[in-house]
Amino acid sequence: MKALVWEGVNKLAVERVPDPEIRNDQDVIVKVTASTTCGSDLHLIGGYVPAMRAGDVIGHEFVGEVVEVGPGVRHRKVGERVVVCSFVGCGRCWYCANDLWSLCDNSNTNAGITQAMWGYEPGAVFGYSHAMGGLRGSHAEYVRVPFADYGAFPIPEGVDETSALFASDSVPTGWMGADLGGVGPGDVVAVWGCGAVGQMAARAAVLLGAEKVIAIDRIPERLAMARDVIGVETIDYTTTDVGAELRERTGGRGPDVCVEAVGMEAHTTGPEQLYDQAKTRLRMQTDRPAAVREAIYACRKGGSVFVLGVFGGVVDKFPLGALMNKGLTLRAAQMHGQRYIPMLLDRIAKGEISTRHLVTHEMPLDEAPRAYDLFKNKKDGCVRAVIRPAA
Amino acid sequence: MKRTVAVAAFVAGLGAAGARRVLSRAVGAEDVPNRWLTVTVNCPPESLAEGGRPEPLARLEPIAEIRITPAPGGRGTELAARLREPGPTGPVARATGDDPRQKVRSALREAKSLIETGEVMRPDAPPTTRSTPGGKLVELATRRAGGEGRL
Ligand SMILES: NC(=O)c1ccc[n+]([C@@H]2O[C@H](COP(=O)([O-])OP(=O)(O)OC[C@H]3O[C@@H](n4cnc5c(N)ncnc54)[C@H](O)[C@@H]3O)[C@@H](O)[C@H]2O)c1
Ligand SMILES: [Zn+2]
Ligand SMILES: [Zn+2]
Repeated sequence: MKALVWEGVNKLAVERVPDPEIRNDQDVIVKVTASTTCGSDLHLIGGYVPAMRAGDVIGHEFVGEVVEVGPGVRHRKVGERVVVCSFVGCGRCWYCANDLWSLCDNSNTNAGITQAMWGYEPGAVFGYSHAMGGLRGSHAEYVRVPFADYGAFPIPEGVDETSALFASDSVPTGWMGADLGGVGPGDVVAVWGCGAVGQMAARAAVLLGAEKVIAIDRIPERLAMARDVIGVETIDYTTTDVGAELRERTGGRGPDVCVEAVGMEAHTTGPEQLYDQAKTRLRMQTDRPAAVREAIYACRKGGSVFVLGVFGGVVDKFPLGALMNKGLTLRAAQMHGQRYIPMLLDRIAKGEISTRHLVTHEMPLDEAPRAYDLFKNKKDGCVRAVIRPAA
Repeated sequence: MKRTVAVAAFVAGLGAAGARRVLSRAVGAEDVPNRWLTVTVNCPPESLAEGGRPEPLARLEPIAEIRITPAPGGRGTELAARLREPGPTGPVARATGDDPRQKVRSALREAKSLIETGEVMRPDAPPTTRSTPGGKLVELATRRAGGEGRL
């Protein structure tokens, strides 16, 4: 079959790779009908994620049709249209049983690598390095889905495939940021980043009852989407002092909940950017945490900060003093998608969450490297470029 | 930035002390000779009773003592194993796959997964379609990963 493979830092190509096969009784094989670029892929393409190998198939946010089921699969059937959670959860370890699915004990076959890096290993995710399980990704004609009864969800009648696609990753990720960040009625919520993840976090905050939601980015098309489609206020951080603006818009208190949806390649203006770039070049930090720092400073006393952006290693100038003295709660996670996907598909069906506007570009698999050129360089207003392997 | 450089950057990024800790965690020797290695299984202790133990544990019995204790607060059952003979350890034994602790770790992980899910997840095969020097290093790491890390 054909697939988009990582060939090295900033090098992608469409190549022939072996077809996937059922490797465990609880696997299914999905014929991918749509698979989209995600901000997490940028960290991996840029070489910030260790344990990638040339030839690895990338992609993890996808929908498709079940074409083969293993003998241990109880619920999924050949022919079903499914949206597949980007993280793989076994459904029965303590973490899955406690709805912390991305921390599954049984899905990452290379647990030793991330145990050495982080103390304990997270679960596996499709197409995201051998440290994260080494599973082949979804920018391919077919993909093997382990523990499919738990991670592949039938797309309900009345939900089109393109809308359902984002229930695979960005919608549940955004929802988790607002939900586990503790957003409740009356809150003021600030969201850093207006990519698909940030937009979905902002929408979740609205639906969870926030009184005011403020989304922060620099890209005009994305800020316009946040305003016009998601229905929230915005700040352009390149023209505005974010901290001062947030104080003014919150009666001087600061946001109750701050959701960071930017990640390890955050961009800033002025000396901070130069400092972080120099530090990463000198190998003195692995990640650039500008948005996390800003969120911690801006957050109200006793408020909470949720880190959705992906980080890999260590950062410098982390404002621990602000965190401690202001009594903040800091929380983070890779997405616990299985916890939210059925509820989110319902909300998509009811029109409470719209996702179609995220699709700014669509193309066949052969053109997938172009999808990442558009997405990485934020060209032509790209927010999500959708690859259609079956087209 | 080359990938190998990125990995080096990751380690360097940790700073000297952090890197030393990570490296010693990853490849280092044990502080206490022959510790118990242990996992918690999301099951009642009866599921690990002698006689009905899954194959990976039965495989361990000749080389390791096995201890079963209920975990606190409904967290399942703690399953621990300790080698009868400590055998070689340290960076070289670990890199060459001669440290018997690797067998213990794999067996504990497999037994846990079998009890919890009925299967042991297998990686996709082949792991990738290309062979490069950087890839070889990752391959070595993944070949050992099932028996490595911390338990
Ligand atoms: N936790 C999870 O499970 C999970 C899941 C999916 C994605 N992610 C992560 O979430 C992050 C966002 O993903 P995405 O797909 O929306 O990516 P994206 O690249 O489309 O969007 C990131 C946005 O952040 C903006 N940005 C950069 N620096 C900023 C700053 N200092 N302040 C405010 N905005 C800034 C960029 O302009 C961009 O619009 C990434 O780090 C991704 O890895 C995490
Ligand atoms: Zn993603
Ligand atoms: Zn699990």
